[in-house]
Amino acid sequence: MTMSIKKGTASHGLLRTVEQMADVDLSVCFQCKKCDSGCPVSHLTASPPSEVVRRLHLGAGNELLESDLVWMCVSCETCFARCPMGIDIPSAIDALRVLAVKQQTPTPEGDMPLFNRAFLKTVKIFGRTYDLGMITAHKIGTKSYLKDAEKFPVMLKKKKIALLPPRGADRKTARRIFDSVKRKKENQK
Amino acid sequence: MKYAYYPGCASDSTARDQHTSCLAVARSLGIDLAEIEGWICCGTTPAHQTDRLLAACLPAANLVRAKKMGLDMVVTCAACYSTLKMANYEVLRHPKFREQVSEVLGQNYDGSVRVRHFVEVLLEDVELDRIRKAFKRSLNGLKVACYYGCLLVRPPEVNQFDNPENPVSLDRLVTAMGGESLDWPHKVECCGGALSLTRTDVVVKLSDAVLTMARAAGADCVAVACPMCQINLDLRQSDIKKETGKDHNLPIIYITQLLGLCFGISAEELGLEKLMVSPESVVKRLTSVEEMFE
Ligand code: SF4
Ligand code: SF4
Repeated sequence: MTMSIKKGTASHGLLRTVEQMADVDLSVCFQCKKCDSGCPVSHLTASPPSEVVRRLHLGAGNELLESDLVWMCVSCETCFARCPMGIDIPSAIDALRVLAVKQQTPTPEGDMPLFNRAFLKTVKIFGRTYDLGMITAHKIGTKSYLKDAEKFPVMLKKKKIALLPPRGADRKTARRIFDSVKRKKENQK
Repeated sequence: MKYAYYPGCASDSTARDQHTSCLAVARSLGIDLAEIEGWICCGTTPAHQTDRLLAACLPAANLVRAKKMGLDMVVTCAACYSTLKMANYEVLRHPKFREQVSEVLGQNYDGSVRVRHFVEVLLEDVELDRIRKAFKRSLNGLKVACYYGCLLVRPPEVNQFDNPENPVSLDRLVTAMGGESLDWPHKVECCGGALSLTRTDVVVKLSDAVLTMARAAGADCVAVACPMCQINLDLRQSDIKKETGKDHNLPIIYITQLLGLCFGISAEELGLEKLMVSPESVVKRLTSVEEMFE
């Protein structure tokens, strides 16, 4: 495996920030690569989980946020479950995602950040997910109108997708939570 | 036996059949599932990928409601299960974090509500002997690959559900129903879960690997306990066929649907018509318990 590290892109790299955000200690990783062995997407990525950790050790900066694992990771928790040092890698990857969105890194294939925004927006409005609204927003944003198009009529017929937004949720509580979390974040700045 | 029931968002869309079959099975066993009034989405993957505090507060808002009901919380979706348990775990582990969560909710939450998957309730509270007595039909040797996926069993410190590498909860239910639960290596592999709409190419690859292994083990069907596992493995079989030419044609059926069938509940109530790959072959195999002893 060859690995290139651009030193000096960030003053002391992302290591501390990620450790703090995710509440993990990455220094105990001894590169056994057990995480990679169980990771369902490690054979599809350029940087499997152990390498992301190593690059952080070596002082990687914002360029790491463009690593394909950041958005290809399926949050399956296998690496965490099997790491002999008990490192919560999925939380570290979540931290990288938050930083990637903040830094406005180039849109990853499939635009997961847009999907997340669309998903959470329906939750904020309706208190529960509204698949049709979320899928439409993601399709418009990614211009992927034809993808899965043949499945929609069947899914509608089988009522696997609801036409109308969900009812019954305490929408006020949902909205209050979103607003209050946002306010807290702004106050921290 | 009464619980605070959290149906989860999929109960109103992709997994309506899991919801109705769960309620029907509960009714047959005298389990009272009281739906939590006004429950909201747990936030699942999009929330934890976006903000740690948000990811704890959405589930905690529901846990607070269950706490007021004074009951254990019961869920059927593995993703909700993991998210709710994670909120408890974080609140219990970090007093500072607990303070923040309580501030956002406008009330204190101490992480004390017990969150349980419906399968746990069946095995721990109802127990197999009583379930067995309610069977009217048998799976008649049907070969079932029990698939647990990720979020029922992981992270093990948080979920504490069965054995994280070789769980047997679903297998025990299948065996009790007279089916043959298969020993196969992909019980806890990932189907691609959260990438369903964004990286369908990845989901197709991962789901294909799971289904290929289930078929190699000789499965007649796959039993699941999670809406995300179900939709990926079921809906993506047509894409797998297009991409690889492999026609798995394996029904992906909720464990509550299998139980319901054995209790003699109608296919309609169990929502069997909602499955993409028809479960007809499974239904045809069933025999009445009397027939078994003839
Ligand atoms: S399994 Fe843990 S210790 Fe081993 S390489 Fe991965 S993160 Fe490091
Ligand atoms: S959580 Fe992400 S990095 Fe870890 S094993 Fe799963 S896909 Fe790989």
